Amino acid sequence: MDFGTFLVQCLNSVQYGLLLFLVASGLTLIFGIMGVINLAHGSFYMIGAYMAFALSPLFGNSFIVMLLAGVVLAAVFGYLLEWAFFSYLYQRDHLQQVLMTYGLILVFEELRSILVGNDVHGVKVPPWLDGSFALGDLMSYPWYRLFASAACILLALGLYWVVNRTRLGMMIRAGASNRDMVRGLGIDIRRLYRIVFAAGVALAALAGMIAAPMSSVYPNMGASVLIICFVVVVIGGIGSITGALVASLLVGFVDTFGKVFFAEVAGMGVYVLMAIILIWRPEGLMGRKT
Amino acid sequence: MSVLLSVDTLTRRFGGLVAVSGVTLDLRLGEVHAVIGTNGAGKSTLINMLSGEIEASEGRIALDGQEITKRSQAVRARSGVGRSYQRTTIFPEFTVHENCRLAAQAATQRPWAIWQSSRACSASNAAATEALEAAGLADVAGRIAGTMSHGAKRQLEVAMCLATRPRVLLLDEPLAGMGAEETDRMLTLLEKLKATHAILLVEHDMDAVFRIADRITVMVNGAVIASGDPASIRQNAEVRTAYLGEEGH
Amino acid sequence: MNRLSSIVPGAIALALAVLAPLLSPYLSDFVVKIMILSIFALSLELLVGMTGLVSLGHAAFYGIGAYATVLFSGKEGGSIATLLPLAMGCAAGYALVVGALSLRTRGVYFIMVTLAFAQMAYFVFHDTALGGGSDGIYLYVRPVLGALDMENRLVTFYVALAALVFTYALLVLIGRSRFGAALAGIRVNEQRMRATGFPVYAYKLAAFVLAGALAGLAGFLVAARDGVVNPELLAWHNSGEVLLMIILGGLGHLRGAVIGAVAFTLLKEVLGTHAFVGPLADHWQLTLGLCIIAFVALLPKGLIGLASRLSPKASS
Repeated sequence: MDFGTFLVQCLNSVQYGLLLFLVASGLTLIFGIMGVINLAHGSFYMIGAYMAFALSPLFGNSFIVMLLAGVVLAAVFGYLLEWAFFSYLYQRDHLQQVLMTYGLILVFEELRSILVGNDVHGVKVPPWLDGSFALGDLMSYPWYRLFASAACILLALGLYWVVNRTRLGMMIRAGASNRDMVRGLGIDIRRLYRIVFAAGVALAALAGMIAAPMSSVYPNMGASVLIICFVVVVIGGIGSITGALVASLLVGFVDTFGKVFFAEVAGMGVYVLMAIILIWRPEGLMGRKT
Repeated sequence: MSVLLSVDTLTRRFGGLVAVSGVTLDLRLGEVHAVIGTNGAGKSTLINMLSGEIEASEGRIALDGQEITKRSQAVRARSGVGRSYQRTTIFPEFTVHENCRLAAQAATQRPWAIWQSSRACSASNAAATEALEAAGLADVAGRIAGTMSHGAKRQLEVAMCLATRPRVLLLDEPLAGMGAEETDRMLTLLEKLKATHAILLVEHDMDAVFRIADRITVMVNGAVIASGDPASIRQNAEVRTAYLGEEGH
Repeated sequence: MNRLSSIVPGAIALALAVLAPLLSPYLSDFVVKIMILSIFALSLELLVGMTGLVSLGHAAFYGIGAYATVLFSGKEGGSIATLLPLAMGCAAGYALVVGALSLRTRGVYFIMVTLAFAQMAYFVFHDTALGGGSDGIYLYVRPVLGALDMENRLVTFYVALAALVFTYALLVLIGRSRFGAALAGIRVNEQRMRATGFPVYAYKLAAFVLAGALAGLAGFLVAARDGVVNPELLAWHNSGEVLLMIILGGLGHLRGAVIGAVAFTLLKEVLGTHAFVGPLADHWQLTLGLCIIAFVALLPKGLIGLASRLSPKASS
């Protein structure tokens, strides 16, 4: 493999990993803070992608505005969904949460089918991000992918800032380690949960919107991203956002380079990685030993 | 009196924090050896290392002369080290007898013999009955464990320990949450058990400790600051300052 | 188990055995389908209901059993006496690997890891040459045993019935045995079991492998019945559905697994038939999803729980 190809694959790995991180961070936050395992998290990603498909003609050239609109819509949707449905899941055991969110996936899939149909759609890359730039003599790299990576990095930094430097973040971290204590301090835990949940949904949906022009929009995208996110969370350690970042990038590299070297069994690469982590450090790279 | 369990410079580190530092003690047949100390002194970590729940960073543990430092908790249990927990770990949905029988079955595990009913295992039934009698729970053998009083549940916790016929008993705050009468009952039980076992008692109830302990080890910040018979511990200046001082003993 | 619980399953099995020749081909196929799903559900009940291990990847062993049956049959077919053990063996083999790794985790991790390993198996059959791709592979010749040919509908019925009776009886025995008592203890209080001297990991792994083998048995039957296998057998929807079945029937009861398999299959049929639900039949996923949510929310103890709430005499 020559250097140019190698560089391209590295960039692809990082881009894929960062996108996974957006989705996985929401998943791990929701589990770490509210203790809910949400199978429908992948559906939010799918919803984001289909939103991009639906909104794109309305917003024409203003891609960024469309993303912002999508985020707002997703956050509102997440807020309402938490209020109407997820808040009832906190008291239930994991098995019930698994089954109820499984039911939710079916509902979302069918609603999507009714509203938008089952076809595979493409979303156009906005013109100002179209095309590629040269990487050395022989290779070129699409501007859009670079944009996607940059957007994800920005969001990751924003997430870090919120969690580590704001009052909201402090409440989130406190809520993660001691739910009852936080309640005792008079913080409205219900609103906190609702905000965290909405944020998780928005992140996943945003990831879907950003991914849409690259990977197209198709019915099963929620399921595939969900399972990979589970792998990321297991590798990184549940509840740890840093762990999710490291694990996402790891998965990005293993998956991308795996596809290059072992085309046929490439899909298995991440699971083998997960198996190795399970043998070596079952609580995850940054997980706490129980 | 023979030494059943000997602990030699046992140490446990969690990253930079030293939770237990160089603890040496031994448990002798016929003795109750109490370990006391303020919260955070390392008592739970110590007992967890002795039962095998967490690994020691340094040091040795020997049961009857044989080194068991690297053995898993289940193996130690089968070798004769029994443990009761601070938070009751009984099986609330089973009857009292079933609780003990299940514990006793650890000694006669034959998992492949699925044609045999667990209820009919005479060895485990006998061991269970024995343990319940020793613990004074024989008359409630048929009750659902979860419906009993807190004190009775703690007694069951000890009984389940006994069902595996251990020689060493590691008791983690068996008196937790008990009233005067229940404490009395438990202490009488421990007096009775002392004759045939080596008992480690981690407790906060000072009156109980001084009533029943033959030897006391005092821990502060993970290390042993004094160890000896109750009278000398009472007089020990360091212990008085560090621990008993405010209580005006 | 009270007397009613011991008599009713036996009576039902007997009734099925007697009625078999009288059933129409469609009904016979339908009953066989339910019997196969019952075995699948029972195998998961061993894991979830008896041992307390919630696995979201059980379909992998079901699918592997099915694929093993087809792959080892080759072009000439094979004997039930070799294919059945092979199917169960392959499923058990994968269960050993998955279990050994997954059981190093607990709770939510375990759920996610089992799902991931099932997905890995799904990819192997979906993407590689081994599985014949997303279309699946055909079973050229159905398994035989002497004069019994599973090409014959009645033979398949009796083989499935025998397998179901075997599975049910096996689990009843296990439930009463020391092994079962240990699993129950592990379910209720793992820490106490370890402190008492039980090698908890080994027991869990044994349960996991056995559950995988029984799922493989169901897989053998589904391959023999349908004559074709495809990767969707290992899809996570399948894992989710079998989990639903045992909750639907009532967790912690063997008959709950069977009741759940029957009820769920009937529910899916009803929701997908225009005659019953009119135009909603086209959107059965929506109604199914809502039913699932409502059911788990309102009846966490399943149909058996509902029955005992309605009748003052609680059955064990």
